[in-house]
Amino acid sequence: MSQFSLPKNSKILKGDYYEDKTGSTNIKNINVYRWNPDDGKNPRIDTFEVDMNNCGPKVLDILFKIKNEFDSSLTFRRSCAHGVCGSCAMNVDGVNTLSCIKSHSDINGEINIYPLPHLKVVKDLIGDLSNLYKQYESIQPWLKTSKTNLEKEEILQSEKDRSKLDGYYECILCACCSTSCPSYWWNGEKYLGPAVLLQAYRWIADSRDEEKKERLKKVADEFKLYRCHTIMNCANSCPKGLNPAKAIGSIKKMLATS
Amino acid sequence: MKEEKQYENNPLTPHLQIYKWNISSLLSITHRIITVVNLFAITLICFWIISLYFGPANYEVTQLFLKSFFGKFFIISLCWSFSFHVLNEIRHLAWDLGYGFDLKVSKITGLITILGSFILTALIYLIGKNLL
Repeated sequence: MSQFSLPKNSKILKGDYYEDKTGSTNIKNINVYRWNPDDGKNPRIDTFEVDMNNCGPKVLDILFKIKNEFDSSLTFRRSCAHGVCGSCAMNVDGVNTLSCIKSHSDINGEINIYPLPHLKVVKDLIGDLSNLYKQYESIQPWLKTSKTNLEKEEILQSEKDRSKLDGYYECILCACCSTSCPSYWWNGEKYLGPAVLLQAYRWIADSRDEEKKERLKKVADEFKLYRCHTIMNCANSCPKGLNPAKAIGSIKKMLATS
Repeated sequence: MKEEKQYENNPLTPHLQIYKWNISSLLSITHRIITVVNLFAITLICFWIISLYFGPANYEVTQLFLKSFFGKFFIISLCWSFSFHVLNEIRHLAWDLGYGFDLKVSKITGLITILGSFILTALIYLIGKNLL
């Protein structure tokens, strides 16, 4: 049976309140999930009064501002800041997204920032994704072909076959979709989740790959694949506008018709 | 392998508590709950039909119940739950055929399911009352 409430050590306490010191007239309250592995306390929500007149347009800019001006111990992952690397995935205003491409002006009132849902927290806004990476490895995300590179020629792909990968090759594995999926919350150990299944489909649909059948056979499992109940949280949260639900639907259809 | 378990005792980040609902997730969980409700409802209806074999007295008891306010509420609720289930199941069938995954389309079909379930309930009620 799934546990719907948080375990005892994960209950969120009220944290510190950081007042604005700039005297700005445009203040936004930012609530940020904090957890420090070293102090042995429960997670808490800290509230920061941030001067929005001197802040960049994205949620990530707010986090930088907090880190620079209030509390330098605030921990989060980020790299490219342009929605390409997928490092800064987190839960902003109740939906998983990349904080670097999410405009804070889209959000009315206070902004709540949490790590990606239902993960073991490493520190503050960083969750442990090693299970997802292990599952990604399990679908063998590389081209399988009988050709060796001794032929010295490209494996050609028609424009039409190439277009079958559109909407799938763009995935940056930020894990927004998988950690938004209630099925993945309750069965994350056995269910592959939207991100990994989308990747699986990306290789199944690739005309150059020669192990389509084996790939299909491998995911055809009550837990690995069929825990998807088309809840659609994945497609609703994908910051790249992709549709993992459709990819999973396509795998199911292929299995039903093959 | 040991490294993978290194965060095992760390707190779990909040999930249900913070995640925003949308039409499709709301319909999905409703669908699940309604499935269980309908399962009980069908069992009850079976028992009711069996009871009819044991004479008219049983029928009167049911009649009495169904004429009461609670009975009417119960029956109309079941009409809704069956309507909802049928409509949402059609949605799922379309998905199984590979249609309707587009975010906009799934939102629209979701709204149609919600509205349709009430319209269907009203229709069943009116037809049952010989008003239509």
